[in-house]
Amino acid sequence: MTTPLRPRRSGWHPPALTPAYRSTRLRAPTQAPLALPSAPVELRGPVFGHADLGPLDGDLHLNAAADGQSAIGPRILVHGQVTDEDRRPVPHTLIEIWQANAGGRYRHKRDGYLAPLDPNFGGCGRALADADGRYAFRSIQPGPYPWPNGGNDWRPAHIHLSLFGHAFAQRLVTQLYFEGDPLMAHCPILNAVPSEAGRARLVARLDLARTEPMDTVAWRFDIVLRGAAQTPFETRPEGP
Amino acid sequence: MRETPSQTAGPYLHIGMLDEVGPALIGASMRGPGARGEALTLIGRITDGKGAPVADGLVEMWQPDADGRFPPVSDPALSHVGRCACDADGTFRFETVRPGAAPGSGAPHAAMMLYARGVNRALHLRCYFKGDPANADDPLLRAAGDRAHTLIARPDGAAWRLDIRLQGRGETVFLDV
Repeated sequence: MTTPLRPRRSGWHPPALTPAYRSTRLRAPTQAPLALPSAPVELRGPVFGHADLGPLDGDLHLNAAADGQSAIGPRILVHGQVTDEDRRPVPHTLIEIWQANAGGRYRHKRDGYLAPLDPNFGGCGRALADADGRYAFRSIQPGPYPWPNGGNDWRPAHIHLSLFGHAFAQRLVTQLYFEGDPLMAHCPILNAVPSEAGRARLVARLDLARTEPMDTVAWRFDIVLRGAAQTPFETRPEGP
Repeated sequence: MRETPSQTAGPYLHIGMLDEVGPALIGASMRGPGARGEALTLIGRITDGKGAPVADGLVEMWQPDADGRFPPVSDPALSHVGRCACDADGTFRFETVRPGAAPGSGAPHAAMMLYARGVNRALHLRCYFKGDPANADDPLLRAAGDRAHTLIARPDGAAWRLDIRLQGRGETVFLDV
């Protein structure tokens, strides 16, 4: 992609400083970001293909499990479509996935939560969207976990997702939550998103139609990346 | 349909972005054997509003080759994209080549993004190079005014250095691009 991108609307994404999420207090820039049109470098991005993925990258049940073993936890399929803001499919985009295990523990040297590690679960995967922007991966439902934020704070169950799109300025890193989780209302990270409509976009919905009987529950999560500026009026003028 | 809102990459971003389970897809060594152009070691230290190192941060780079070109018509010996997790001192280090000027881009530069716990939306910035005569007319550096120096790497021994300050005195100019 080398066409200009639509400017980001203010008030939709989380602001840099959200004091209820304590870590933002010393890490949020105080100056507003300098707005200007993307240069060629930001309108292009890395391209990935099937050759970059291993055969089990999209199967977190198995991709870190010993032969004949499988990760512990509720078996889930997460699927959806990646589109841009004009609902055009974003084909062949790379999606990186990471998450805690069913007990809420990450396989990470800095995570000391008392829930045990699952020797058959790595919590890391990748998927490549197809020509229609559709993607899917298999995993286990992650558990909620406590975290140090100054009080009795618990993360709702969530999966981290990183998408490349087709332009560096389309890069998106976000988190997927699960419909009905009562911890969502209490999460300062999710609630950093200012609007109810915005928060709702981070919640995967139960998809009974794609559920595999006696096997796997399916969740639908569609993802929208920035679209092209449609008119000259949407192309931001030069300067600050 | 608006863009999906951003969320922080969190403190465990290494699992998914550097794949602590298997081989990493994107690493900090971008310069392959025979890559054209001037070898570039880019280092920098990320600090917070109190000057403490951002030890759990991660930086991505995306750049043209030494001739200012992008895939698929560019130097195949260069990985145009790189990733480096900060060490305990908040320092990152890339091995790449000095980017050339892409047509219509102003002065030569690389794009960078920064992810960390406490960063709700990834921070965009650019890395320019001190002493390049084209810097004087670059539209972004002009727009950044007296803070433009926060986006200009300086020689540091055999390497180049671009420190990143998230907040407060000397705060880096972050971009809404």
